[in-house]
Amino acid sequence: MRKLYNRILQIAGNVITVEADGVAYGELAEVRSGRGTSLAQVIRLDQRRVSLQVFAGSRGIATDSEVRFLGHPMRVSASDDLLGRIFSGNGSPRDQGPALQDNLIPIGGPSVNPANRIVPRHMIRTGIPMIDVFNSLVESQKLPIFSVAGEPYNALLARIAMQAEVDLIVLGGMGLKYDDYLFFRNTLDEHGALSRSVMFIHTASDPIVECLLVPDLSLAVAEHFAINGKRVLVLLTDMTNFCDAQKEIAITMEQIPSNRGYPGDLYSQLAARYEKAVDFETAGSITILAVTTMPGDDVTHPVPDNTGYITEGQFYLVGGRIEPFGSLSRLKQQVNADTRADHRALMDTMIRLYAEYREALEKQSMGFRMSAWDEKLLRYGGLFEARMMDLSVNIPLEGALDLGWKTLAECFEPGEVGLKSDLVAEFWPKSA
Amino acid sequence: MSDKAQPQGKVVGVNGNMVSVAFATSVIQNEVAYVLSGGARLKSEVIRVRGGEADLQVFESTDGIAIGDVVEFSGQLLSVELGPGLLTQVFDGLQNPLPNLAKEAGYFLKRGLYLYPLDRERRWAWTPTAEAGAARRAGEALGTVPEGPFQHRIMVPFGWAGTWEVTWLAPAGELTIADTVARLRQGDDERAVTMVQTWPVKVPVTCYHTKLLPREPLVTQQRIIDTFFPVAKGGTFCTPGPFGAGKTVLQHALSQYSQVDVVIVAACGERAGEVVEILREFPHLEDPRTGRSLIDRTIIICNTSSMPVAAREASIYTSVTLAEYYRQMGLHCLLLADSTSRWAQALREMSGRLEEIPGEEAFPAYLESLVAGFYERAGLVELHDRGQGSITIGGAVSPAGGNFEEPVTQATLKVVGSFLGLSRDRANARRYPAIHPLESWSKYHSLVDEAQVTRARRLLRQGHEVSQMMKVVGEEGTPTSDFVIYLKSEFLDAVYLQQNTFDRVDGASSDERQRHVFAKVVAVLDGAFTFPDKAAARSCFQKLRQHFIDWNYAAWGSDEFRSREEAIDRLVAEAVTAA
Ligand SMILES: Nc1ncnc2c1ncn2[C@@H]1O[C@H](COP(=O)(O)OP(=O)(O)OP(=O)(O)O)[C@@H](O)[C@H]1O
Ligand SMILES: [Mg+2]
Repeated sequence: MRKLYNRILQIAGNVITVEADGVAYGELAEVRSGRGTSLAQVIRLDQRRVSLQVFAGSRGIATDSEVRFLGHPMRVSASDDLLGRIFSGNGSPRDQGPALQDNLIPIGGPSVNPANRIVPRHMIRTGIPMIDVFNSLVESQKLPIFSVAGEPYNALLARIAMQAEVDLIVLGGMGLKYDDYLFFRNTLDEHGALSRSVMFIHTASDPIVECLLVPDLSLAVAEHFAINGKRVLVLLTDMTNFCDAQKEIAITMEQIPSNRGYPGDLYSQLAARYEKAVDFETAGSITILAVTTMPGDDVTHPVPDNTGYITEGQFYLVGGRIEPFGSLSRLKQQVNADTRADHRALMDTMIRLYAEYREALEKQSMGFRMSAWDEKLLRYGGLFEARMMDLSVNIPLEGALDLGWKTLAECFEPGEVGLKSDLVAEFWPKSA
Repeated sequence: MSDKAQPQGKVVGVNGNMVSVAFATSVIQNEVAYVLSGGARLKSEVIRVRGGEADLQVFESTDGIAIGDVVEFSGQLLSVELGPGLLTQVFDGLQNPLPNLAKEAGYFLKRGLYLYPLDRERRWAWTPTAEAGAARRAGEALGTVPEGPFQHRIMVPFGWAGTWEVTWLAPAGELTIADTVARLRQGDDERAVTMVQTWPVKVPVTCYHTKLLPREPLVTQQRIIDTFFPVAKGGTFCTPGPFGAGKTVLQHALSQYSQVDVVIVAACGERAGEVVEILREFPHLEDPRTGRSLIDRTIIICNTSSMPVAAREASIYTSVTLAEYYRQMGLHCLLLADSTSRWAQALREMSGRLEEIPGEEAFPAYLESLVAGFYERAGLVELHDRGQGSITIGGAVSPAGGNFEEPVTQATLKVVGSFLGLSRDRANARRYPAIHPLESWSKYHSLVDEAQVTRARRLLRQGHEVSQMMKVVGEEGTPTSDFVIYLKSEFLDAVYLQQNTFDRVDGASSDERQRHVFAKVVAVLDGAFTFPDKAAARSCFQKLRQHFIDWNYAAWGSDEFRSREEAIDRLVAEAVTAA
């Protein structure tokens, strides 16, 4: 039995300080107070002074509350018993099932050796033209949905998850509204996917710091299954809550903030999680789809900004549609050369013309006369939005490409669109 | 008892990747130390000493380190090994060979596992080039071994001051890097030279005669760079841009197509997946200059974003030290660092833990001098043998919020010779490479006729003004002559500034080709067109654009290239005379 300490020297924010011996950095402890027992983690050692972040928060902790060090870092049981189970943000069961103790593995393990990585190669088809044609999703990609409160980002996340062909789904919820949690659970259930899912759910009413563990728990589990050959899709929503919890701890620890209160290591913290996305050459894979809500709808806010620098693109969800501008899949070029010969060129051209449409729209709104070319653009833009951007559209990639050519042919002459002549010869619809 | 007993200390504090150590003997600032924890030896560097306590940045995760853990001080500054066999390698920021680590440790990186950077067993065909009795200084050659496309010089170690007399040279033969290849004497001091030497990464190598002004263009085969914002061999440039603007794609293109001898790619705190693309592709791509595989001229330093942050800081110095080593052989090296902002952030994290007084955005106050010190290590030099070598440094910068008014971008702009600013708008409009043609600048000389460039640049500016004007007065309120200027600038943008990086032909435009094509583009820009109306003008330029784009995809010197050129000549002649 490890020694108990019951003299807490300092309680500030959600961090407590005790004097103790033989404690290791990153080690876990249990803090027992009148409000119950919470896990805590060592975040600083200074001689005998040990600072711990208390996941359930410090409210109700007394200076004589008991602290018991567990002698190990945070762990999670990695076994098939996880499937179909729902846990809270601290890893304890949220459903009626038993706590799991088999094959405990540490979370937040080391990164994959870059020399062992392979170039991603499998496209994940979603039936959404804005994704399949313009921003192809690729197995092992890490990609957030940038959005704001009120947008159907969780619905989009769930839809992609249901349509993607993966072996396993791990859902990490951070500050999730209870309704959204139920929505995910019901959606998985309706599609018969519950038995191949694992959920770590931290809801909006749970202590904020508790969501810090959710990405690591989810990804450790994902890694376990991926190494064992499974293609795992990890859904993390909402990563902004994770960042805000980081911010809170940093401020409590009196770290000098770099930008709007967020700690200077926010980038590294996020990267440590997102870089878990991987395709193992001789085993399975981890694909990460996340939600990042942008405070104040501002993409330059530190959370979306740092995220964008780490992930392999992003989907901008605005007004219920995936915006062509700003949305990006950086892995698309790994797969769209082999889909169809016209895929890349058509994608670039359609976006370029859509950009011109937006300019024409702007001119129109300022009351300028529309030239013949502007008229063509306006027609094109309307069709593009209805046929490509509307999220209710659900067609396979090839159908979407054909529809793209049809749209071009309905609006333009072949020489006007700036496509290589040989492609035009092959794909331009003969009778538009 | 040996006089080399390692001084030791004990851990008294842990804060993130910083460990405080109490010591009784002496420690050296920036020396390497090892924290012994849980059976592992964790490499660290002394970054501050106060009283009897040293603060170490640990190049590994500090999880599990406890108060009282033993720390061994090495007495050595953080150093790299220099010798044959660096090319084609993939190292982490501390020069650990990642493929060998993978063989030892499997899928994941293993804490505290350090391997020799260079192969101890491999034999190299040594040929002495000096002779016994000759005088040599640090950095001068004693012999060579063939490595990849060139002769790798085995030199007097860079740290040996003064002039040395060669007393013995190994005869030509197959030797390993550990074998003695020469003996040198200075007074009573006689030393053996092997093919490998170590050098502290944070100290610049200066064993050359003089530093020269960079003049000769470094051909990158990227039209917008070589023609408009050139880079010189031995010069410096930076590519700041918001996320997704194309910094990494551009750097990959540069690493592939630049006409230099050695390319060092420093993947500093960015995505691991991006390095993999180079790793997997380069072995299969040919370097047209040597006919060998591209990987043969490449070294990759890979300390990606989820790898330890302190090693990320070191990776920048490791990279530039390797470049200096090859420059010393009379070679032209290109160092591409993606991204220097991640290096600066590593500095910021450490500075915060040291509780230093922060500068802007919490970056340390000495950020500027460190950035300047890094770029200063670039340069064209004349060696003692009158040969020349160069290091060109290109750094990506990732400004927070894409705003260039931030400390890292600003510190970089003060010291570089060329600024290639990537723009969000151009990237969104898929105008790649998204280098902004009006905001970027270069102090170096273009490889095409500069008078033509000046005219083209003026036209771009005028075109931009017209387009701004059109937003106010509309197309109908714009005179056709102005409208033609706008169309010309759009034409220049579409057929020359934009380049399809992913196309084997269009992606790389030789200097010859650039001169030839640019002259033709300028002829269109200079052409006196008059059109009955704007629709006619637009359709004419759309046709021109189509022809030039098709031309860009035709291989240089091919029949298709010639026939497309003739078609263009006819079209231009028609359009101008129709006027
Ligand atoms: N020259 C180009 N041609 C075609 N597509 C490009 C080009 N440059 C960039 N892109 C597209 O933009 C994406 C992002 O480019 P890149 O990875 O180079 O951005 P970045 O500036 O390095 O971003 P970050 O700062 O996040 O690393 C690419 O994956 C590609 O889809
Ligand atoms: Mg990049």
